Amino acid sequence: MRTRQISVSKAIVEALTEEMQRDESIFIIGEDLVSHGGIFNQFKGLPALFKDRIIDTPISETSIVGCGVGAALTGMRPIVDMHFADFVTTAMDEIVNQMAKIRYMFGGQAKVPMVLWAPDGGGISAAAQHSQSLESWFVHTPGLKVVVPSDPADVKGLLKAAIRDDDPVMFFQHKKLFGKRGAVPEEEYVIPLGKAAVKRKGKDITIITYSRMTSVCLEAGRRLADIGIEAEVIDLRTLKPLDFPAIAESVQKTCCAMVVHEACLTGGFGGEIAACIGEELFDYLAAPVMRIGAKDVPMPFSPVMENFVLPQVEDVCACAEKIMKRKRK
Amino acid sequence: MHSSADSNAPIISISASRKKAILKKMIQIRQFEERAGELFHQKLIPGFIHLSIGQEASTVGSCASLRPDDYIISTHRGHAHILAKGADPKYMFAELLGKKTGYCKGKGGSMHIADFSLGILGANGVVGGGFPIMVGAGMSIKLRKTDQVGMVFFGDGASNRGTFHEAANMAAVFKLPIIFVCENNNYASTSHAKVMVAGGSIAARAKAYDMPGYTVDGSNVLDVLEVVQRAVDLARSGGGPSIVETATYRYRGHFEGDRQEYRTIQEINAHRMHRDPIARFEKLLVAYNTINLDYIVKIWHETAEDIEKAIHFGMESPLPAPEDALKGLFVNS
Repeated sequence: MRTRQISVSKAIVEALTEEMQRDESIFIIGEDLVSHGGIFNQFKGLPALFKDRIIDTPISETSIVGCGVGAALTGMRPIVDMHFADFVTTAMDEIVNQMAKIRYMFGGQAKVPMVLWAPDGGGISAAAQHSQSLESWFVHTPGLKVVVPSDPADVKGLLKAAIRDDDPVMFFQHKKLFGKRGAVPEEEYVIPLGKAAVKRKGKDITIITYSRMTSVCLEAGRRLADIGIEAEVIDLRTLKPLDFPAIAESVQKTCCAMVVHEACLTGGFGGEIAACIGEELFDYLAAPVMRIGAKDVPMPFSPVMENFVLPQVEDVCACAEKIMKRKRK
Repeated sequence: MHSSADSNAPIISISASRKKAILKKMIQIRQFEERAGELFHQKLIPGFIHLSIGQEASTVGSCASLRPDDYIISTHRGHAHILAKGADPKYMFAELLGKKTGYCKGKGGSMHIADFSLGILGANGVVGGGFPIMVGAGMSIKLRKTDQVGMVFFGDGASNRGTFHEAANMAAVFKLPIIFVCENNNYASTSHAKVMVAGGSIAARAKAYDMPGYTVDGSNVLDVLEVVQRAVDLARSGGGPSIVETATYRYRGHFEGDRQEYRTIQEINAHRMHRDPIARFEKLLVAYNTINLDYIVKIWHETAEDIEKAIHFGMESPLPAPEDALKGLFVNS
């Protein structure tokens, strides 16, 4: 497969351009999309290509998300730009009580084919209200699919799948990844939701992760290899649907696992994965499943504190070494 | 803000058959609601239900201005809106009774009935939850370039939600074909609108969004139709949204079983005696010789029979299998 190196931002634009050319019912709605192509330049060039289908709105997140729901119910395929993922709090009724429940609650009469595209995550000194990783709230809401991509190729393929999906999808795009470059196939492709990817092969320990933490874990994998630990890094890519068979296959081989996410530890998705491994794979385990997440505080502003709160490569390495020491032979 | 010109002058421009259909629909809704209340008190309907007895003119007059392909979004007090837009009472009763044959296969219940084939985008259990969704339906109409309109029903209580402001502003900014119909029945659950609605008028808020705002006697069905039709015509012709506030009244509590300590029986009786929308319309139609008393008796009988058949359908229908609860969350599940 021929590839070229492009950024996540470029991958987003390519995915949206291809999909919007393919299907006229797709439109993008949100704040500050037209003049700047989005606050992160994520829609650069699209307003010129799709004039009436990139829609700037007043600052009304409740109505923006509701607008997506109503349009999806009546034949359109909206992509709602959430500006910052943190602002989901201003539209929680629309997301949790409406978007997620309408299909089920009305006995399957309707479908809600919409994507809620939400730039999330910390690491850019954006402080407590612009840095959160809130994916576990939505995994905990039946009716939503949750996508958490980590590199340009996945962003493109998963965004296309999310747009084509007939159910509502929360697409969490980590802000720190916009400039991240990677190999992206030249020809068209779609990555189905619910398929994890093994991003690094290894026999000693399974590291389960997603979104920006994938690169952190891959770097940890390289450092661990230097001290003789071969880590297998699984990038979940979507949390709902969850590719548990991919986790099981790896854990059955390595017999130990850790979960790494940027969301704060308590109540995070890592707990769910650890519980599933405990329930399904207990007999294979040679060490307890460990979790790494951000410390349980709102994101502090000052970089020195923010770095302390966020999981770092060193934290992943230390945890892996600890597990390896405890691992029963 | 506009008011309807003369609340006693009947519209003569609509046909006798249309007037009869409107009367019949109001009677159907009244009987549906009364029987639903009885079934609830017989403990055949689980959960809780909100009845709209007394508000029939507001609802039927509003929906009479719509085409089959127009959209509505209803509220927790939604049976009447759903019926007025043409839903079949038998699937509604089946839903209220928690049966597999109900509109939502027993997953929705009283507060979540929808029939997307009739443009009914659902009743919504969250007060003020319908506004933003109707903005989306309006945006969809605009993008698809059709001449449909959307009507979102709400009460005086919902007018105080932030969703109302956001949706009204967005509807006005994008000139969306939306009619905001506020059925002001005086009470947001237990709280009187006089106490909770600043400024006293919901229609007056339209001025702030530069859209027409109307108040109308919600117990006079032809008045309601005339005013709402104006708003619908404006929306359909690309003129954007309007707010219509109907002054109406519910005879029953906020929910069945409500102790109603916030109002007196005398207040309710006064409305029943002097402002009942069905009695008023019957009197008017008789006075203008559109119908006679025999016809009225006949309609009540026929409608009652149909409602009993619908209840029978619901009662005889099978319950869902417990594991049906796991079906239908996603399109492929």
